[in-house]
Amino acid sequence: MHAPNIEFAIEARNIVKRFDGEAAVDGIDLTIRKGSIFGILGPNGAGKTTTLRMLLGIIDPDEGERFLLGSPDPISMAHQVGYLPEERGLYQSMKAYDAIAFMGALRGLPLAEGRKRGRKMMEDHGLGDAADKQIRQLSKGMAQTVQLLGTLVHDPGLIILDEPFSGLDALNQGKLERLIRDQADKGVTIIFSTHVIAHAERLCEEIAIIADGKIPFKGKVSTARDRLRPQVHLETRNLDGPWRTAIPADCQPLGHNWHFTLPESGVEPLLHALVEGGAGIESLSIERPGLHDAFVQIAGEAVTRRMEADAATNNQDEAA
Amino acid sequence: MIETIRAAFVIARRDFTAIIFSKSFFFFLLGPLFPLGIGIAASNLGSQVNRDIETPTIGVVLSAEETENLLATRTRLSRNLGSKSLPELMVLNGLQGDEAGNIAKLDSDKSINAILSGTLEKPVLTGSERDVTQWQGKITLLAETALSQPAAVEVETRLVGQTGSSSERGQLLTAQGGQALLILLTMILAGMVLSNLVEEKTNKIIEILAAAIPMDAIFLGKLFAMLGMALVGITVWSTMGLVGALVFGANWNALPVPAVGWPIFGLLMVLYFSMAYLLLGSLFLGIGAMATTVREVQTLSMPVTMGQLLVFFLAYSAITKLGQPVEWFAVLFPFSSPFAMIARAAQMENLWQHGLALIWQAIFTMIIIRFSVMLFRRNVMKSGQAARKKSLFARVTGK
Repeated sequence: MHAPNIEFAIEARNIVKRFDGEAAVDGIDLTIRKGSIFGILGPNGAGKTTTLRMLLGIIDPDEGERFLLGSPDPISMAHQVGYLPEERGLYQSMKAYDAIAFMGALRGLPLAEGRKRGRKMMEDHGLGDAADKQIRQLSKGMAQTVQLLGTLVHDPGLIILDEPFSGLDALNQGKLERLIRDQADKGVTIIFSTHVIAHAERLCEEIAIIADGKIPFKGKVSTARDRLRPQVHLETRNLDGPWRTAIPADCQPLGHNWHFTLPESGVEPLLHALVEGGAGIESLSIERPGLHDAFVQIAGEAVTRRMEADAATNNQDEAA
Repeated sequence: MIETIRAAFVIARRDFTAIIFSKSFFFFLLGPLFPLGIGIAASNLGSQVNRDIETPTIGVVLSAEETENLLATRTRLSRNLGSKSLPELMVLNGLQGDEAGNIAKLDSDKSINAILSGTLEKPVLTGSERDVTQWQGKITLLAETALSQPAAVEVETRLVGQTGSSSERGQLLTAQGGQALLILLTMILAGMVLSNLVEEKTNKIIEILAAAIPMDAIFLGKLFAMLGMALVGITVWSTMGLVGALVFGANWNALPVPAVGWPIFGLLMVLYFSMAYLLLGSLFLGIGAMATTVREVQTLSMPVTMGQLLVFFLAYSAITKLGQPVEWFAVLFPFSSPFAMIARAAQMENLWQHGLALIWQAIFTMIIIRFSVMLFRRNVMKSGQAARKKSLFARVTGK
């Protein structure tokens, strides 16, 4: 076993998890710095939840090793961790403030202190009137907020949120984003998984994209974006002329609109060629790709590679 | 370990208060009174059947000629009446037939229920009231037939307070009663553990628990919360039973004293109930943890009840076979061990064996919990619809 690096909140080396012989997570390496907001992105079924469960110690990896806050036994660090699972759940007969206290008690916070904090947190979040209500009497959104508060009640140094935005309306999504930023400002490490890229783009310093049980990309959001060339949206009066040599040969117009990737040579030579070649520019915009585009490309490539590998294996099997 | 106990306490406290302070707990307390009544009736019926089928041994202290005559008569009569309808006769050489000698023999030899002495014309039957009353008529029949005379033979009876055999029989009754009570309570209460994790799985709380505390603590906490609830129920039922007995003026002296004495027997009843509950409960919790719906739990209830019955039959059949292989098997087989041991407490005086048995049962409980946790972590804590859609069998076997 390697020694863990204390700078990292999470360190995973080549972790593998198989279910029924099939790899749900297939050799993931992941390091997450303390104090950062880190996003784990991936399509449905990519292995995000399984990865988080392994990092948290809910399940053990079949291969590889992981350290949570420097410990190879994640459950032993549970009192420093807050976790909001993808599938939300609370005891329906519990009072709201008691549910928060119970979640704190699970992670070592004395029950009386948890109850006091629970009431205070609910008041701070405008839910003071609901503190004494049973969970079954709350709306879905309120219950989700209660669970989120239960995740934070013991002041964890590391918060892991699995698809935290799912099921929330736009207003509550905004509130959650603010809450994540507030926690990060206090120095808390935040890790969240999502398949809605916009949240990661707004909040994260770094991301990892999981696709098909692997991590095809990990790094800064800007680095992910830079993997794609800017996109040109051009509208011309003319459909033909010498200027056509300036745009990719396979680019077909949609009416008088052209969409293509900015050539390696850059904006200026393109603009020059269009003007000199008599394109008759009506409008021209150059858009830097968003994280969403990068995600689709990276995740898509990974899935395509897997499908090709599967096809090759099948062919070999058939040949044999 | 301390962290596991702390976490188990958090779970146990939540579960215990959630159950005890629910409205349905009142109905839970009332519910078992009906099967308890049936159990007591069944137990009485069993005792009656036992009495009916048991064949006692009567010691014979007569002259050699009369003894030979009596034995031949018994053989002759049993051809027509059946051997079970007449007491076995055992010739006791070396006894004079005096009352003191007879009583001493009855006290020392537990295989003899009563002693026939005197002569065939004036037979004397010495024994406990129950035995003498039950077999007086048959002895008269044997004597009259042996003498081949129409005149009635009158059997003189001499009653002794307690013979070795009647004391043993009393302890056997205590063993049967104690075991029946233990079995009944375990059957009523342990099965409830089956559905104990369904709430967490249905409400999707299980992942919050699993991420925060060791899974062993979840299982332990749930088990002890249910045990606590069961003990509350038993306390309520015992109190009601006691009040009922006082109101109806029960004869406490009629209760056969167990070999270890009532206070220790009472303590052992609580301890062995707890162990039986923890052993079966940990198994049921492990099996129930694989179920994802109430329907699956209901499906599991029947085979689980059958399994319980098998264990109980094993323990019950071993009561009268102290020290024999089948009884040792019942003592050592963890699930029947508490029931077999309470029967021992009623019939054997030594206490150290109970310490060993309790340790053995506790170790096995921990082994079952570890195994259940391992299965649960391996086969249940998977993400995605595919994992949830797997059949119960597939989840248990990991296939």
